[in-house]
Amino acid sequence: MNGKIYLYILVCAAVSFLIRELPLTLIRKPIKSRFLRSFLFYVPYVTLAVMTFPSIVNATSSPVAGLAALVLGIAAAWLGANLFQVAVGCCAVVLVLEFFLI
Amino acid sequence: MDAAQRAERRRVFLSGVRDGVPIGLGYLAVAFSLGIAARNAGLNAFQGFLISLLNNASAGEYAAFTVIAADSGFLEMALITLITNARYLLMSCSLSQKFSPDTPLHHRLLVGYDVTDELFGIAIARPGYLDPFYSYGAFLPAIPGWAIGTALGVTAGSILPARLVSALSVALFGMFLAIIIPPSKKNPVVLGCVAVSFAASWLCTVLPLTKALSEGTRTILLTILIASAAALLFPVKDEPEQQKEVQDER
Repeated sequence: MNGKIYLYILVCAAVSFLIRELPLTLIRKPIKSRFLRSFLFYVPYVTLAVMTFPSIVNATSSPVAGLAALVLGIAAAWLGANLFQVAVGCCAVVLVLEFFLI
Repeated sequence: MDAAQRAERRRVFLSGVRDGVPIGLGYLAVAFSLGIAARNAGLNAFQGFLISLLNNASAGEYAAFTVIAADSGFLEMALITLITNARYLLMSCSLSQKFSPDTPLHHRLLVGYDVTDELFGIAIARPGYLDPFYSYGAFLPAIPGWAIGTALGVTAGSILPARLVSALSVALFGMFLAIIIPPSKKNPVVLGCVAVSFAASWLCTVLPLTKALSEGTRTILLTILIASAAALLFPVKDEPEQQKEVQDER
């Protein structure tokens, strides 16, 4: 397993490297395709949303605490809290709730 | 190279360092919570350090951890890295317009190595062509901050009580929310994408056919489906601002 982890690291590092370097070396042109530009614009929001839910609920010892962190995180970010505040807020909710739940 | 050029290069490098320090400190904190996820996936501190040093990507690395944890295939690893880091392709395209046309290949390769949301942001904000030495200055605190933060997170995850680790494991999701929610407030299409993504992702974990999919495969499929649909139905209007500005300068 340990050796396999290094292979995994090598694969993702190679892909990350190529994604960044190809446009700077070989392509060197702005993307003309409107579809591709739109697709790349929406990708990060969709990916992050898919990776956040329902995983956040399973990340904590108690699913209820994870769900509460999700709700608080959305509310805090909506109301203008910055990245650090949202992250700390989510952690605090889980810490406090799990005191009562487990 | 004469003395004046050397002094100028040093000045540009140092202004990069100055702008890079707050970024590096932020990276230390974010990477710490990423390290907790790395540890949960079975990575040790050195492996966490290495993957961060080589990838410089939060969502991309988190996705990689889900692949490692599920012991999925290398193709899945390559695909999910491509999807989660796709936005860097867009940034690099934009950055390629920011270089003076006679910038040598090795400078392009080195600057491209650490294209991240923040470092791209400060590079593109520089007036005129990008001096690679500005980026090198910013990398100096940013790259170690990211890699060391990850290693610290892995270590802390093994030392801290389970209660704290459980709480800290949501920090990364909190950061993801802080990235996707503010644009959702401004752009109804982004809001729709986020809402559909949440619902579809949850449905995939409960519906009989898709239940068996690994988290990585689910992320790949849903991202391609939902982002393609959004791009077809609601194409974005203009060229990115920065690209246009730099082109106009020529």
